[in-house]
Amino acid sequence: MRKTKALALAALGTALTMGLAACGGSAGGGGNNNTGTGNTGAASTAKHNDGYTKVVNPSDAKGGTLKFAYSDEPDSMDPGNTYYAWNWNFSRLYARPLLTYTAAPGEEGLKLVPDLAEGLGEASEDGKTWTYKLKKGIKYDDGTEVKAADVKYAIARSNFSAELTDGPKYFAEYLDAEGYEGPYKDKDLANFKGIETPDDYTIVFKLKAPFSEFDFLVANPQSAPVPQAKDTGLEYEKAVASTGPYKMESYEVGKQLNLVKNENWDPATDTTRKQLPDRIEVQFKQNAEDIDQRLLAGQVHADLGGTGVQPAARAKIVADPKLKDSTDNPYTPFNRYAMMSTKVAPFDNIDCRKAVQYATDQVATQAPWGGPLGGDIGSTLMTPTTVGYQQFDLFPNGADNKGDAAKAKESLSACGQPNGFETNIAVRGDRPKEVQVAEALQASLDKVGIKATIKKYPSGDWSAQYAGRPDFVHKNKLGIMIAGWGADWPSGFGFLSQIVDGRFIKDSGNYNMMELNDQAVNDLLDKGIQTTDAAERNKIWGEVDKKVMESAAFLPFVYEKTLLFRPSSLTNVYVHPAYGMYDYTWLGVQQ
Amino acid sequence: MVAFIVRRVIAAVLMLVIVSVATFAIFFLIPRALGQTPEGMASRYVGRDATPEAIQGAVKRLHLDEPLVVQYGRFAKGIVAGQEYSIGPRMVQCPAPCFGYSFNNNQPVWPTLLDRLPATLSLAIGAAIIWLVAGVSIGVISALRRGTLTDRLAMTVALAGVSLPIYFTGLVSLALFAYTLGIFPGGGSYTPFTEDPVMWFQALVLPWVTLAFLYAALYARLTRAGMLETMGEDYIRTARAKGLKERTVVSKHALRATLTPILTIFGLDVGLLLGGAVLTESTFSIPGIGKLVIDAIRGNDLPVVLGVTLFAAFFIVLANLVVDVLYAVVDPRVRLS
Amino acid sequence: MTTPSASPAPGSFLELRDLRIHFPTEDGLVKSVDGLSFRLERGKTLGIVGESGSGKSVTSLGILGLHKGGRAKISGEIWLDGEELVGASPDHVRTLRGKKMAMIFQDPLSSMHPFYTVGQQIIEAYRIHHNVSKAVARKHAIDMLGRVGIPQPDKRVDSFPHEFSGGMRQRAMIAMALSCDPELLIADEPTTALDVTVQAQILDLMLDLQREFNSALIIITHDLGVVAELSDDILVMYGGKCIEYGAAEDIFYRPEHPYTWGLLGSMPRLDREPTERLMPIKGTPPSLINVPSGCAFNPRCPYRERTGGKATTEVPQLVESDGGHLVRCHMPREERRAIWENEIKPMMEGS
Repeated sequence: MRKTKALALAALGTALTMGLAACGGSAGGGGNNNTGTGNTGAASTAKHNDGYTKVVNPSDAKGGTLKFAYSDEPDSMDPGNTYYAWNWNFSRLYARPLLTYTAAPGEEGLKLVPDLAEGLGEASEDGKTWTYKLKKGIKYDDGTEVKAADVKYAIARSNFSAELTDGPKYFAEYLDAEGYEGPYKDKDLANFKGIETPDDYTIVFKLKAPFSEFDFLVANPQSAPVPQAKDTGLEYEKAVASTGPYKMESYEVGKQLNLVKNENWDPATDTTRKQLPDRIEVQFKQNAEDIDQRLLAGQVHADLGGTGVQPAARAKIVADPKLKDSTDNPYTPFNRYAMMSTKVAPFDNIDCRKAVQYATDQVATQAPWGGPLGGDIGSTLMTPTTVGYQQFDLFPNGADNKGDAAKAKESLSACGQPNGFETNIAVRGDRPKEVQVAEALQASLDKVGIKATIKKYPSGDWSAQYAGRPDFVHKNKLGIMIAGWGADWPSGFGFLSQIVDGRFIKDSGNYNMMELNDQAVNDLLDKGIQTTDAAERNKIWGEVDKKVMESAAFLPFVYEKTLLFRPSSLTNVYVHPAYGMYDYTWLGVQQ
Repeated sequence: MVAFIVRRVIAAVLMLVIVSVATFAIFFLIPRALGQTPEGMASRYVGRDATPEAIQGAVKRLHLDEPLVVQYGRFAKGIVAGQEYSIGPRMVQCPAPCFGYSFNNNQPVWPTLLDRLPATLSLAIGAAIIWLVAGVSIGVISALRRGTLTDRLAMTVALAGVSLPIYFTGLVSLALFAYTLGIFPGGGSYTPFTEDPVMWFQALVLPWVTLAFLYAALYARLTRAGMLETMGEDYIRTARAKGLKERTVVSKHALRATLTPILTIFGLDVGLLLGGAVLTESTFSIPGIGKLVIDAIRGNDLPVVLGVTLFAAFFIVLANLVVDVLYAVVDPRVRLS
Repeated sequence: MTTPSASPAPGSFLELRDLRIHFPTEDGLVKSVDGLSFRLERGKTLGIVGESGSGKSVTSLGILGLHKGGRAKISGEIWLDGEELVGASPDHVRTLRGKKMAMIFQDPLSSMHPFYTVGQQIIEAYRIHHNVSKAVARKHAIDMLGRVGIPQPDKRVDSFPHEFSGGMRQRAMIAMALSCDPELLIADEPTTALDVTVQAQILDLMLDLQREFNSALIIITHDLGVVAELSDDILVMYGGKCIEYGAAEDIFYRPEHPYTWGLLGSMPRLDREPTERLMPIKGTPPSLINVPSGCAFNPRCPYRERTGGKATTEVPQLVESDGGHLVRCHMPREERRAIWENEIKPMMEGS
């Protein structure tokens, strides 16, 4: 009862704040002198999207407090136990993985560089063994040296324990560690056979099968070392042994995190980070609309979530060219699309699928995301910031992307349904934007005679009970399902394998909702992941993309974009393409 | 009176048990009845695309596979005797009263509640003082100047106060007073009194006023209506016939009678708010009980929801008791038995 | 009683001259009291009789000045012991209230504040006009309670009104009204809420106290029976106006107004069966906004046809019938007396 009322009120409030934009906080105004960080400092000459291609406000000035605010709280601040996108960016401030991404905007930023390791991984002939050498003399904040065993321990705890359930489990999936129960049940690390540490500076990963993109895996924060003696399991997030330029001063879960400089961080060993502010403060569980007001007033420097401003602030920014110059509009890792089930009639016929491809008004399906600022109209599976992305459009739906009725009719005839047919669109009913997309699609299809009924399901069990269960999909004739996907690492494999590999079709929790099981696609994926040459490999991902698009079962809507605001007091700002948000390890503040 | 209080305390404890069972049922029994599996429930508390092993781990760790009676028993026992809990490398003791650990961030619930209470107390009590004084004053003036411009203006503002959601008034006041004029600090600047009393006060002014605005509007309308009714009472005529000054008639005779029912509503409102001022705390990002519970509900964080529900129910029951006793003190016609 | 002129202060203790109290409302002007005049001496008792809405209570509140500062429009003169009150400042009249003139209200349960003890309310009344300590005032309150016949006054002084019986409550009310020795006491339906035996006790008490204090007493009631024994003079009000005035004997034995006859006829009497009400007054009291044209009583008057049409066209004047006996009726005096003697009186006595 309480819930419904509160949520209803909150929804009402949100609706009202849309109208609030006009009288909201003044942009760049004085702010509060007591707490404000000031936004009137040096006038920035940066333009809209400058942070997307270059570093805005470059400065090496040290000092000050960098303030973040976030509307939620993380699953955990423990680098081994987090799956939040921003935290893979942010945790690098105090936890260095073996590899990381180059600190640069644009395509350059998608390249991996050594972080704790001396170089990229060296794969064995068969691709099943990956070896990394640790840089010598890297210290934790307490002055003790980082050892190879700490990396091994970090991966053991994050991937093999029942307690740390929040992070991904790729190492458990790929490492050859059959029967290992994790370091909490089995105190002897020697029983963890998936990783070997022949000496204090060498780490050898033993894989079950060849995996050419293993370097991407060790760029995730789980490879940041954890000294076994310091591990307190679920409590470790409050006292992470820092290897980065900052260390934890205090962390009140759900409220506030304060970082201070780590004097034992040696910049000579680190090519990607800066250490400019004296302090970094994060406030959790802050009102999302108010975060925007504070950003515009210069009272906080960045929204930690990195998912962009709320609709009210967006409307205000769009209306004011000066404000817009302080924003960037980067891609997120997400593609927003629909999948057509090849097992639900009449979509078992490719021409019926093509009819939908041609009929769809992609401008209408772009609108719910916020128009062009919310995303570019898509035509592929991989997004433009995925390594291996190739641009092509197999189903041009008119010059203006508003649908090609003639071609759709043609496809309908070819499919034997010249007068159209009836089908269902499944959507997560509690996601308003996706529901609006479903409605736009419904309207597009109606124009060519395809009568679609929208079926709403709760997002909580969407994957476990509804769209992710093929038997449910078949029984309820869910021809079209509205979905979205973002990869854990910016490569074709990371993006594609879960959603197109026919062998990943699961009875429940299925993401290949097309139920596309194409031998050619599966073979290409296998070939790609065994190809060690990156250029060659990336070409293969493009081929997979094209092959899947040829099936016409994947209906792209938009490559999602966000609108990030950068207060003028923020220095060294650029959008890191691997995270789709500002590089938090580079930021400084103007005094 | 003592027997009355003892009886009420026993009833209150029973009430809390019922509330806990009901809350437990809403979050555990109903999902199960609707076909939710332990794995399905556990999948909310693990990372995205979690492996079956990870989900099984969560099921075991959160005891979701146990019969409901056992789960409730564990919860009840924890409150009385405390509970042990694995954080990985070792077990930790959660001393009584242990309301369990958050499913989402693994923090023990009871210390979290105690940690959040001062913020909610600060907000509720400050706002309560403002709205009581402002609401009653405006209501009295409005009633005494019934039909005049002052009365109409006050009642129009009061109508706005009752109708406008805090989400709106809060954000507007922040935009104006914090970000444009810079008179008060912005959202998220709550500081505990013990750390910095000046900052505590400054940061709470806007939330106080915003929350009080809503209630003051309500109380002004209540007071006005009550006052108008009281001023028509025979005993007011008697008071005037005695030769009392009008000021005394209003302050001593009319106000006393008008305020009695309002004080009982006031007690209940404050009791309710101590369980969390959800919207105000959310709007101003105040880390209080209300913010805690709304986040817990959104995150299906059962132990926290359960803890806050009981905490809030406790305050409501307490407020009811206090109000009943107070009423007997204020109104001699009421006798507790 | 004569038409008042702009004369200086009268010799009477209380004199009303053409008092009018009108209330503007959304529906129109309510003429609650419309030209009322009378006199009252110290030690004398006046009974004002009428139905509810006849203006008798408004009159008494008007004398106390309780309509001042409100919406009421008041004109005419009220002279109390040589002072004119209509034109006096509200604050001055306030200082007279409770001291020089006091009032006993109907229904003492609602007329006493439920949250204060009887003692507190008497003490308050006393201390408004006497600069004494609370202890002294309390002693006085106990004393007053004793004088009005409340047993164990030193204990009852701390009781709340709801802890008293109806009769005791009325005694307490009287004690409160008399606490400052008022020279004018107005009792508004003082016994209506009480049962018959208690009524008699209270009336006796009031008479005793009046003699003791030698105050002027106005008793307002709808019940002629109440005033019969107490009053020296009786004033019958109808539609905001006096329609008959005279000594108690005149009103009871030689009434001349058809309305008064009606009142007498509706009086319950022990020598008559309760069902045999000989002359009930038909119809309802007049609207005070749209007062019937001509005689306000004409729609209910059985004798309207005997006025030669004047009943609906002309407002009758209050005319002296006999020494001090005033009547407001179009019918000639002889005809009225004949009707009373020949038609009404026999019916009332005959049964």
